[in-house]
Amino acid sequence: MHRFALHRVWDTRGEAEKMTALLTPRNVLLAVLLAFLALLPVYSTLTGNYFLMSLFTRILILAMAAVSLNLIMGFGGMVSFGHAAYLGIGGYAVGILAKEGINSAFVQWPVALLASGLFALGVGALCLRTRGVYFIMITLAFAQMVYYVAIGLDRYGGDDGLTIHKRSQFFDSVNLSNRAFFYYLCFALLLLAVYVVWRLVNSRFGMVIQGARSNERRMRAIGFPVFRYKLVCFVISGVMCGLAGILLANHTDFISPALMFWTRSGDLMVMAVLGGMGTVFGPVIGSIAFLLLEEGLSQFTEFQGIILGPMLLAVALYARGGIDGILMGLRRG
Amino acid sequence: MADALLTIEGLIKRFGGVVASDNVLLDVARGELHAIIGPNGAGKTTLIGQLAGEIVPDAGRIHFGGRDITALPVHDRSLLGLGRTFQITSLFANFTALENVALAVQAHAGHSFRFWQDARKEAELREPARAALDRAGLSHRADTSVAGMSHGEHRQLELAMALATRPQMLLLDEPMAGLGPDESSRMVKTLRGLKRDLTILLIEHDMGAVFALADRITVLVYGRIIASGDPASIRANAEVRQAYLGEQEAVAHV
Repeated sequence: MHRFALHRVWDTRGEAEKMTALLTPRNVLLAVLLAFLALLPVYSTLTGNYFLMSLFTRILILAMAAVSLNLIMGFGGMVSFGHAAYLGIGGYAVGILAKEGINSAFVQWPVALLASGLFALGVGALCLRTRGVYFIMITLAFAQMVYYVAIGLDRYGGDDGLTIHKRSQFFDSVNLSNRAFFYYLCFALLLLAVYVVWRLVNSRFGMVIQGARSNERRMRAIGFPVFRYKLVCFVISGVMCGLAGILLANHTDFISPALMFWTRSGDLMVMAVLGGMGTVFGPVIGSIAFLLLEEGLSQFTEFQGIILGPMLLAVALYARGGIDGILMGLRRG
Repeated sequence: MADALLTIEGLIKRFGGVVASDNVLLDVARGELHAIIGPNGAGKTTLIGQLAGEIVPDAGRIHFGGRDITALPVHDRSLLGLGRTFQITSLFANFTALENVALAVQAHAGHSFRFWQDARKEAELREPARAALDRAGLSHRADTSVAGMSHGEHRQLELAMALATRPQMLLLDEPMAGLGPDESSRMVKTLRGLKRDLTILLIEHDMGAVFALADRITVLVYGRIIASGDPASIRANAEVRQAYLGEQEAVAHV
């Protein structure tokens, strides 16, 4: 399988061959991309271009959400059309606690992750009993439910949203309000998320999840109680997206129901599909491409969809593996 | 029967007005290869579906190894040692042959809530998987992806996966379906090799294979058993000839 090619090479070839085998256009591009992301705050600090750093902080956070969605959608075949709900739940947990005077990250973050996990457990327990379109519709329905609950929270801003006056507090030495520090925190957590997903999908657990996507009936026939594995996967994904929600609330210092409007769930799906669902890095690439395009196109037109839509269509029709799939198809030299 | 591994008592399944299983009574003895034959629409696959747990019978009981499994879900039956293959090939298309079988091994190697270690490198999964591929005659294709294999190889892989679950009993749903004469005879050979270690319930249209392999044969017509016995008595049975075998030239040559 393609996505494990890098891994296999590591086992079977000599050192020199390993190095050349790793030098595929895709891996070189990934390395350049990571180096760019790692050095971006340096550039921003030197030039004073904080807009760029802020934009990319947002990209990294939404990339994490897309990575979490990809775990269930790309590898598990569970097409969740309500993933923005976890961004909202993570964000609102931070915002509500902040409003109530609890700023400690040691309280905020576990509460936010727990709430995301519990919500995923409830939604998963119901929607995983359905298939196809029903699954998609039920996940969407639950996300909309949370959206309207948030609108009804008058104490926390209702429709208008709520400003967070103080970001999550860790120790005194850790200051999330420092833009470069916060950027690197998001970057590190994104890389961690990608690594975790990579380990997961290649583990025994991941084999079950991928097997269930491929042929659930056969999975049961060979003795797997598929439901419980899918449910755990769904919860892991929800918690990971909740973490992105925590970061997003801290990044914008603001929460509102718009955080989890259904189009946002659609955006996350687009990022995963555009980048390539079959690989762990695909959604990261997809998020960068999508959000940069969106940002770039907004300079020229408010109807970005006119350009983004056909692009997505092209990917769906001609490049099933997304951008990462195209890159992996490229041969060296 | 004292040493019956599988006992089916009064199984009834209706789909609307069609009776797919009409009071089916059947014992399969430990170690025996029991074939079920019957014309299309006789309810053979529906019977397998009920034994495997995918279809819930309207009435009747199924005992396996002395245990009532009528209400047991599919995966639990597999864990008890009731393996199956599918009439229409049912594999993991984006995995290699070895990965397909390794997944079947994994299903019976404790729970799979193991999140970190690379499953493809676990000898505990790979070695038994290789052995199962070998038994099904596919070891040379271990690293080929399912998409790159022939239909005949898919049928062998079906069998390898079922074997990898280390079943006491196999439910084989037309293992020869779509095979050429050479592949068929190879499959007969493979099954003959398995026969002594395993109890097998075989559904098959290839009469040559059935009469070559079966210890006992049950004839199903419109969901009802019209005859059950050793191959010689089935061949001699007038009702069977009339209902089914008479139309099949193949029998004359067996």
